[in-house]
Amino acid sequence: MTDAVAAQPVEAAKNSSSSAPETMSWDSRSRRVVLIYLPLACFVLILLFPFYWMSLTALKPNGELLNYKANNPFWVKSPTLDHIYHLLFNTAYPKWLWTTMIVAICSTFLSLLASTLAAYAIERLRFKGSSYTGLGIYLAYLVPQSILFIPLATVIVQFGLFDSPLALILVYPTFLVPFCTWLLIGYFKSIPYELEECALVDGATRLQILRRVTLPLAVPGLISAGIFSFTLSWNEFIYALAFIQSSSNKTVPVAILTELVTGDVYQWGALMAGSLLGSIPVALFYSLFVDYYVSSLTGAVKE
Amino acid sequence: MASTTVAAWDGEHARPGLLTRVFDNKAFLIVVCLTPAIGLLLVFLSYPLALGVYLAFTDKTIGGRGGWVGLENFSYLLSDPVWWSAVFYSVFYTGVATIGKFALGFWLAILLNNHLPFKSLIRAIVLLPWIVPTVLSAIAFWWIYDPQFSIISYLAVDVLGVRDKNFDFLGTPWSARFSLIAANIWRGIPFVAISLLAGLQTISPSLYEAAMLDGATGWQRFRHITLPMMMPILAIVMTFSIIFTFSDFQLVYAITRGGPVNSTHLLATLAYQRGITSGELGEGAAIAVSMIPFLIFATLFSYFGLGRRKWQQGSDND
Repeated sequence: MTDAVAAQPVEAAKNSSSSAPETMSWDSRSRRVVLIYLPLACFVLILLFPFYWMSLTALKPNGELLNYKANNPFWVKSPTLDHIYHLLFNTAYPKWLWTTMIVAICSTFLSLLASTLAAYAIERLRFKGSSYTGLGIYLAYLVPQSILFIPLATVIVQFGLFDSPLALILVYPTFLVPFCTWLLIGYFKSIPYELEECALVDGATRLQILRRVTLPLAVPGLISAGIFSFTLSWNEFIYALAFIQSSSNKTVPVAILTELVTGDVYQWGALMAGSLLGSIPVALFYSLFVDYYVSSLTGAVKE
Repeated sequence: MASTTVAAWDGEHARPGLLTRVFDNKAFLIVVCLTPAIGLLLVFLSYPLALGVYLAFTDKTIGGRGGWVGLENFSYLLSDPVWWSAVFYSVFYTGVATIGKFALGFWLAILLNNHLPFKSLIRAIVLLPWIVPTVLSAIAFWWIYDPQFSIISYLAVDVLGVRDKNFDFLGTPWSARFSLIAANIWRGIPFVAISLLAGLQTISPSLYEAAMLDGATGWQRFRHITLPMMMPILAIVMTFSIIFTFSDFQLVYAITRGGPVNSTHLLATLAYQRGITSGELGEGAAIAVSMIPFLIFATLFSYFGLGRRKWQQGSDND
């Protein structure tokens, strides 16, 4: 018994790469392969497969697509850009991308503005009931879009915004602001209050403090809130489906489903090309800032 | 003359203009700062929410004026087998998908918590299904589930030879239900895994060392250290997950639109079909409102889950 106890820390030290080493029953390397790398490889494979399949289909000529038994379905012999060409030049796809981009950028900007001010007021100006205001805004995040879209559609019609991208720009912040505010409160909290006090003593006004001291220090938080907002508004579907009618004002996710799916014969090549092109902007945007994204996601949960 | 000298000497601080003085009034500043956020939420969230509850008690149609009909919409729903099927499938979908997401996501988080080469690259890859718009990946799943060209059928029939005909994923009620759940789990794993990974990293390794000195097995360490330490985070992440799975719309709308024979309608897709497609706004609103009791239940669960730790806001209250 004492031997086992004495041996354990040695094992632990030897196998420092694993956070929870166990008594070694067989060679630790093959054990790691079976217990960690193999399952991890399966996860990565399954999580990525639909994207591979999407890209492959987008590049496959129709002949190979339909006669899949004669060709290896997991590879493409003679890749073609026909589907992408068709999408870009025979459909309104560029317009849809443009609309989606405008809506995502404007609603992100609006949400960042509103939630920065709100988070600053709640975390830094501290007033009676500020924590309840914060809680209220946070709870708004838990109201799902699928409860709201029917009454919101009548509100949008009342405001004369039906079928206008402006409706989406104004409505998306309802689910972006709660999340961004929550995230930014956490960031403002991490900035020492003494910095602002010093600035106050030096005679700076509150707005100057916000602009020159607090905001520059909160830039990482602003970036991650921006990425969240951008990807969430790019992803949004039900409002865009319910509030937009004319083909040219649709966003990419809605347009692909409602404009490219025609009749009983699905144009899988074009559908997959559309999905691929619609995914690339967010994937690119996200890969540029992935570290901010992951750390703020984990931070938001941890806090 | 003197004032300009002072101004030049002390820059912009010397003569506070009206605007600056107004903005230094704390109460005024608080109102100004909160107005955009609260205004947006009141006009486009609280008001529609109240309006939705009101609409649920009217027979309003698109383009028509609705009159108060009391509980008529709800009593109609209670007698409607399609609504009951949507309630059943919403609960079933949420239950099975949540269990699947958390079991697999927790496992993935534990795997990612090891020291791995290319750790950040793997994390970035793992999050991808969560970043890409749901509808677009749902279309990819639709294509994977295609009756004629499904790659899964190809593997089973032509490569492995374990079946003699293609799977009909979306053709029969139960296979369609499970196909949607599989797609939902696929999409939910990354968020669960990354969030739980954050929780795992806060657990001090010394706890595990102490447990190992006491001779605890791997399962015992998981059961008595990992799980209790993870409870608060599990509660939060699970509430989010339950709320958004229960109110899911995109995946079902993109892949089956509620078919075959209404078997895969969630409450949200049924509300869309009745409220927007058929124009019965009142009835659609009633279906949407019927989701609220469940969501309140999940939110209370979240509140008490959060209450076990210091919530972000409340750190100086407790």
